[in-house]
Amino acid sequence: MLPGNEAIEAIILTVKLATLTTLVLLLIATPIAWWLSVTASRWRAPISALVTLPLVLPPSVLGFYLLVAMGPDGPLGRLTLALGWGTLSFTFIGLLIGSIIFSLPFAVQPIQHAFEAIGPRPMEVAATLRAQPLDAFFNVALPLARPGLVTAAILSFAHTVGEFGVVLMIGGNIPGKTRVVSTQIYGHVEAMEYAQAHWLAGGMVLLSFAVLLALSLMKRRLGRVLP
Amino acid sequence: MTSAAGSRIRLQVVREGFRLAVDLALPATGITVLFGASGSGKTTLLRCVAGLERAPQGLVRIGADVWQDDEARIFLPTWRRPLGYVFQEASLFEHLTVKGNLHFGLKRTGSRDDRQVLDSAIRLLGIEKLLGRLPAGLSGGERQRVAIARALATQPRLLLLDEPLAALDHARKQEILPWLERLRDELSTPMLYVTHSADELARLADYLVVLDQGRVTAQGPAASVLASIASPVLAGDEIGALLAGTVVERDARWHLCRVAFDGGSLWLRDSGLPLGHLVRLRVLARDVSMAVEEPHGTSIQNHLPCTIESSAADVHPSQVLVRVRVGGSTLVARITGRSFDALGLQPGKSAWLQVKSVALLE
Repeated sequence: MLPGNEAIEAIILTVKLATLTTLVLLLIATPIAWWLSVTASRWRAPISALVTLPLVLPPSVLGFYLLVAMGPDGPLGRLTLALGWGTLSFTFIGLLIGSIIFSLPFAVQPIQHAFEAIGPRPMEVAATLRAQPLDAFFNVALPLARPGLVTAAILSFAHTVGEFGVVLMIGGNIPGKTRVVSTQIYGHVEAMEYAQAHWLAGGMVLLSFAVLLALSLMKRRLGRVLP
Repeated sequence: MTSAAGSRIRLQVVREGFRLAVDLALPATGITVLFGASGSGKTTLLRCVAGLERAPQGLVRIGADVWQDDEARIFLPTWRRPLGYVFQEASLFEHLTVKGNLHFGLKRTGSRDDRQVLDSAIRLLGIEKLLGRLPAGLSGGERQRVAIARALATQPRLLLLDEPLAALDHARKQEILPWLERLRDELSTPMLYVTHSADELARLADYLVVLDQGRVTAQGPAASVLASIASPVLAGDEIGALLAGTVVERDARWHLCRVAFDGGSLWLRDSGLPLGHLVRLRVLARDVSMAVEEPHGTSIQNHLPCTIESSAADVHPSQVLVRVRVGGSTLVARITGRSFDALGLQPGKSAWLQVKSVALLE
């Protein structure tokens, strides 16, 4: 049996979620990674640990706290209610926030390592060539860190496609709204619709494999940018 | 104050196990070499001048421009200082071509006749053929030449070079030194050059600052600092004099040329330099012996009348270093204490030098 409308809806939603998560993460993770790579602040270690936390926490724990925070009595929920947006749990925006936090370490770490590998020298050279700090950041540090940025983007995307626990906790399983491929498969299996589950699961395997293959090929090519 | 004014650098840096305290008045042109062993504070001094590090109480005045004056609460960030900096490793931007590297600083200085400046920097360093290449494909010597051209393209008021040859092998060093000599001779930009190499010092220095454990132990015109014998800057066989001269005569039959300097002239191997060419000569103390009368019947070609200025004990107790004047120049001889005594040499007396060997530095 071919995948129906439901499956296509789930795939579109998954791609949309992963794309938006990746874009937002690149914007958030780059400054965090830069700060972590240059700072001598005593806050470096705790912030670094905090950013890495989603890597080790079970998704259900993360999802649970997000659910509580976004609920009508949670800090985030109260804020969104006060702003007249309603609560974010069981909405796409809520799912997006959850995905961003869930994949944060996958974006921060490659970029941070890239910045650390570059070292302070290129920024010093840029300063001796009259580049202001922000100018030097955008025209020297970022281009040199490109392999790290590419890795971060691919990992964020793939990790978001593969998330399940957080989605289930804060997104529920609302078709067309919060039902992504991973939860769709879960639904099919629960309903004993193994044929449909096979289509989606097989697709996920192929997609994940393709992403990892592309990553390693690209790393080889882009890796040469750095000495 | 005019643009021809020299520079003043007064810095104090105190760190754990390290202390740098200098007060320098530097000439407005030529190469000033900061010389010293590793750990003497040369690089820290250079980084403070560039503003890459901040000395807490400092004064950095380059010509008429004040870059740092903590009494007046002035501290320009590096990017606002019109300087060029060449690091030990070329540190080219790996994501840009040679041309992109050269344009990086040029674009940001925004001067009007920058095109010309860039072209002359490219020509001066002979990198015309490298423009389209990526840094990863260049040799160490080529990378360093591009780095120097990149710094020059910004039309710096001061060029800082931090051991630019230290990471290169001997052949690459010999490849770049002539370019640096060319910069010194053709540009008016003053340079501050950090090195611990006696060879680079002798070939490049006009003015010399010797650093030891964060303190200046000697400074002055290179020739006069190098001829100091009381506390020689260089050790052992490197002790000797530096002479500036001109090729004035060639003896085609014997493949020799005569180089005149202030006070005399010396015959040396003809290396094909044209008449009138300016050269530096290095006369090592170990190659100079002394006589009370003009020597005859000797294979040594070069005899110079001199006046003894002073003498000092050498490292080995059998030897003494004798500093003499030949016209307006200073030379150093290394002879045994016994000869010094037997010949009755003493300050103020006239004598003759026999120079066995002379090194031509450019």
